Amino acid sequence: MSADTVTRSGINVPPLGDEGRLDHLLIASMVNDNTRVLDVGCGDGALLRLLVDKHGVDGRGIELSKSGVNEAVAKGLSVIQGDADTDLADYPDDSFDYVILSQTIQATRRPKVVLEHMLRVGRHAIVSFPNFGHWKLRLQLLVKGKMPMTGILSNPWYDTPNIHFCTIRDFVGLVDEVGAKIERAEALNRYGAPLGFTAPWWVWNMFGEQGLFLLKRGKQS
Amino acid sequence: MAGTGTLPTADAPLATAIPDDIPTQFVHFPENQPLAMDAGVLLAPLTIAYQTYGTLNADKSNAVLICHALTGDQHVANIHPVTGKPGWWGTMVGPGRPIDTDRYFVICSNVVGGCMGTTGPTSLNPATGKAYGLDLPVVTIRDMVRAQAMLIDHLGIDQLFCVAGGSMGGMQVLQWAALYPERVFAAMPIAAAARHSSQNIAFHEVGRQAIMADPDWRGGRYIDQGIKPHKGLAVARMAAHITYLSDEALQRKFGRRYQDREAPTFSFDADFQVESYLRYQGSTFVERFDANSYLYVTRAMDYFDLAEDYGGVLANAFKGSRTRFCVTSFTSDWLFPTADSRAIVHALNASGASVSFVEIETDRGHDAFLLNVPELFATSRGFLEAAARARGIAPKVKSS
Repeated sequence: MSADTVTRSGINVPPLGDEGRLDHLLIASMVNDNTRVLDVGCGDGALLRLLVDKHGVDGRGIELSKSGVNEAVAKGLSVIQGDADTDLADYPDDSFDYVILSQTIQATRRPKVVLEHMLRVGRHAIVSFPNFGHWKLRLQLLVKGKMPMTGILSNPWYDTPNIHFCTIRDFVGLVDEVGAKIERAEALNRYGAPLGFTAPWWVWNMFGEQGLFLLKRGKQS
Repeated sequence: MAGTGTLPTADAPLATAIPDDIPTQFVHFPENQPLAMDAGVLLAPLTIAYQTYGTLNADKSNAVLICHALTGDQHVANIHPVTGKPGWWGTMVGPGRPIDTDRYFVICSNVVGGCMGTTGPTSLNPATGKAYGLDLPVVTIRDMVRAQAMLIDHLGIDQLFCVAGGSMGGMQVLQWAALYPERVFAAMPIAAAARHSSQNIAFHEVGRQAIMADPDWRGGRYIDQGIKPHKGLAVARMAAHITYLSDEALQRKFGRRYQDREAPTFSFDADFQVESYLRYQGSTFVERFDANSYLYVTRAMDYFDLAEDYGGVLANAFKGSRTRFCVTSFTSDWLFPTADSRAIVHALNASGASVSFVEIETDRGHDAFLLNVPELFATSRGFLEAAARARGIAPKVKSS
């Protein structure tokens, strides 16, 4: 199945509880219980905590910021201070069932290499990212002629960790290039809820503020 | 025992309920229970001196072994009987501390080759009726750990809840996890390395040569003659002490300030505060430490290369390990730099072990693991609490 003909469907988003962002709950719904999960760029460990507590996963994390690592370890999570660009290479093949990269791929130096490592280290990869193809961003660029800034993307161009923006369509192209399969795809609104309707890629690319993909290794394995 | 009662720590006011005069306990292993040493000899009899704090629970699941560093000893959290100062890790170990003695049963033993009661070069050599001196076989980190395991057996404990230590203590933690994986539920190597670097061996050699160059060393037989190579040992300590600090910390603490004077004296007195400080460090150290022990324990660190015992691949040392690790390093530690900790973390990841790793921002150098560094405590506390939950250790219940 090529990336362009994959069946997409809205899913029932679990109700928002006291803990957990909507996109975290959505990611958690993609992960089977009692599996091994590596969360790359895990921040303070909120998603990992959810996966460990509610889904019984054996969860590990990598986080660049020392304060994030400290908070996560203090929560009792197995998190190491490290960098997606350099440290994924140290993990052996097939060490995890899922490798998650939530809102981080656009901040890596070599997104393609990172994605390839994710699919080598894990049997599945889950990637979410802000969609640079959203109509508000396009409009800002068109009308103002300046780099867009929104609620999600609030940094000015000269002071942002996000150095490799992409659109949902760009990402689908990258998935194709690394030979992975899309098992599930979602376009999310700014709150992390799925748009809730099935539509062609160009519609999602216009109206999704975030893209969320569940991938698995392609034909080569 | 010095029980002066006051606990003057500038770093962490120690409102401890631990009595000052916890007596050291001793276990004696007779001829038929020798320590099999890496040097290829059996050491017997063997005495191990140790302290304990807290209470072992009914299912013996709450024991924490603390491994001390090069110049440390078993007096982790009580007033030191020789110096009268608080224990070396009172900030980390005690009631309500991250290694909470209200919850865990904490054990720390003096290492083999040490000089605070465990068999070492000052102990009586049964073959000669005199102190061992240099007749004691060279000790390794693994020998230290094997001896600790004999103590843990003696205490009737199958599995330690946690083994923790900094610097050389961290080396022992790694050795424990590699040698007895099923006996270590959680491991906390702090400011440690899986092998001693060339630079560190070089520093140790300077210290040893300083000791051996002291005419009072007498080829290692000074005890027989009732003297001590104080000068050589003090110089060794001074040189080593510099490596425990950082350039920034020294600059901040002393700068180029003069000691009790307005101007240089154009002599070789301790004009500078930093000189005076180092001389003081050297002179107090010789009161509590034995020169030959310094030779033995530094040698043990030099010989440490965990990967070498596992075909040169560090990950093999932890293959199949179910131990949970928490590795910590400090940004300004140039003796056991973060790269050394990262090498441990990479190996643990490659072996599939559960590992957390934090590099803590501080300018206080290698010594940071002994000091009041709140991030270290927060990390250690969180890690231990999660591990205790997983191990099923009852939460702290304290009636006070």
